[in-house]
Amino acid sequence: MGSWGIQILNGITLGMLLFLLAAGFTLIFGLMGILNLSHGTLYLLAGYVAVTVVRYTNNFVLAAIAGMLIIGILGMLIHQRLLRYTSEHLPQALLTIGIALFFGDLAIWVWGGYPYMVRKPAGFQGSFHLLGNISFPSYRILVIFIGVVVAVFLWWFHERSRYGAMIRAGVDDEEMARSIGINIRLLMTLVFGLGAVLAGLAGVIGAPFLGVYPGHDMEVLTLSLVVVVIGGMGSLAGAFIGALIVGVADNLAKILFPHLSLFFIFGLMALILAVRPTGLFGRQ
Amino acid sequence: MKKHILWVAVAILLLLLFVAPLFVPRYYIGLLILTFIYGIFAMSLDILTGYTGLPSLGHAAFFGVAAYTVGILNVKVFQNFGLELLAGLSVTGVIAAVFGLLTVRSRGIYFLMITLALSMVLWGLASNWTALTGGHDGLAGVSRPKIGQISWDLGVTSHFYYLVLIFFLIAVALMFFVARSPFGVALLGIRESETRMSVLGYNVWLYKYINFIVTGLFAGLAGILFAYYNGFVHPSALGIGTSAKVLFMFILGGPGTLFGPLGGAGVIVFLENLISAYSERWQMFLGAIYVLIIIFAPRGIYGPMRQLIRRALLWNLSS
Repeated sequence: MGSWGIQILNGITLGMLLFLLAAGFTLIFGLMGILNLSHGTLYLLAGYVAVTVVRYTNNFVLAAIAGMLIIGILGMLIHQRLLRYTSEHLPQALLTIGIALFFGDLAIWVWGGYPYMVRKPAGFQGSFHLLGNISFPSYRILVIFIGVVVAVFLWWFHERSRYGAMIRAGVDDEEMARSIGINIRLLMTLVFGLGAVLAGLAGVIGAPFLGVYPGHDMEVLTLSLVVVVIGGMGSLAGAFIGALIVGVADNLAKILFPHLSLFFIFGLMALILAVRPTGLFGRQ
Repeated sequence: MKKHILWVAVAILLLLLFVAPLFVPRYYIGLLILTFIYGIFAMSLDILTGYTGLPSLGHAAFFGVAAYTVGILNVKVFQNFGLELLAGLSVTGVIAAVFGLLTVRSRGIYFLMITLALSMVLWGLASNWTALTGGHDGLAGVSRPKIGQISWDLGVTSHFYYLVLIFFLIAVALMFFVARSPFGVALLGIRESETRMSVLGYNVWLYKYINFIVTGLFAGLAGILFAYYNGFVHPSALGIGTSAKVLFMFILGGPGTLFGPLGGAGVIVFLENLISAYSERWQMFLGAIYVLIIIFAPRGIYGPMRQLIRRALLWNLSS
């Protein structure tokens, strides 16, 4: 029981991290129909920023702020400067692949090809005793907590706030939204920035337990794609449920087939696609 | 008259390709081989994406699966060109049949995303299944096919060039035939209007599905030749980088032109080798080039170039 319980908790931790990542990805997709394939690279860059900030200041909170800020600005620049040249899906997706290759290689140039591990923030380096003899790293509890807070915030932002209403209006009928005075272009850039900020947050938070290394960007992109395909593209609730499913499935499958948990996830994705082509919460 | 000129041009080009090893340096023969391989790959993508309107970001899945099938058989089991070819194509066909069931009913950006997700999961598997695929380090030691007593070593003879050339010509002829057949015309109809085609009595899903498998098989053939050429199979053959590369070949050459993507393949193969000869940071350059292509030549270089040539001709005639 103990090890299964721990694996499920580990799965929830990974799931929360995947949620942060997939939420940004799905938000951008939902509003603009842009498949941002540089999302994993933005995540990785935030990890590298965290490596540098923690090395010089030893302050994790500062690293998180720097990561979110830098990646958020980078995201808005990508949208404002580059993505405005094309409005078709395939060219946009290909453009973001170009960006991913560029920054992925730039990161190797700047930080070298070595794997890094960021030290956990002060106060979260030990373990936390749950029931009886089960102990669980307190940093992971922090990750779960942040994931839940962000989920609640995004739900409020999307469903209850004025900006959320504007975004939903933009998704449903762009021309109408424009005609009642919503600046859709600016709104899109801001949402792209928000998506990038979420990738930045995920990148900093993930750095202490998944590490930061070349190639990690594409692994992370793969997982967020799977989450979004399972949960339904463009849906925040779908991203949350999908992330939990993938996180827990990945950790449970690792007990059964240590290096081939992707088989299990692959099967799960294929099954869901066969039954519901638009994912659990998707709308066609 | 115009048709005559075209046939003469094709005949001269073929002749040049057949005598190329006599006067072209080894290095460029290698690039030509890569152009043929990526040419098959990009043309198959053109039939799927340009002709039928199914934008796949996971076409490398078939290329990579075929390459791995041949590589694994060649390194771990036996070396028999015929059987390896057969196995490579069969496994690719099965994977394409399964992926097709999952993807073909979605459209547009959903199709894009699901094909990408499926191929990336295969990439992840190839990276992690070290016992079978060699993992991140790749699978080394794939030897070129032995047919009879001929040596196929590229360094010694040009036989491997001819092997690839023959497969290339067969594949191009077949794809040309597919594109011009009633089946190919129906695909164009599906791209323009699915509703109209189904009203006319075409089973749109079946056409798309068969097309998905057929183009997957051509990509697989390219992957098999690639495995032999490199002597090495790496997970990147399955990944987003390869899928994107072939899409850029397709875009550069001009979607829906069939032979355009072959030109695009040549451009990207030469560019990539040129940059990587001068800089270790060739991936950065490649990424930047991709961005520039989308910004400045989103319709490819074929259309603008044809216009330029036409304008030059007109200018010549009028002066």
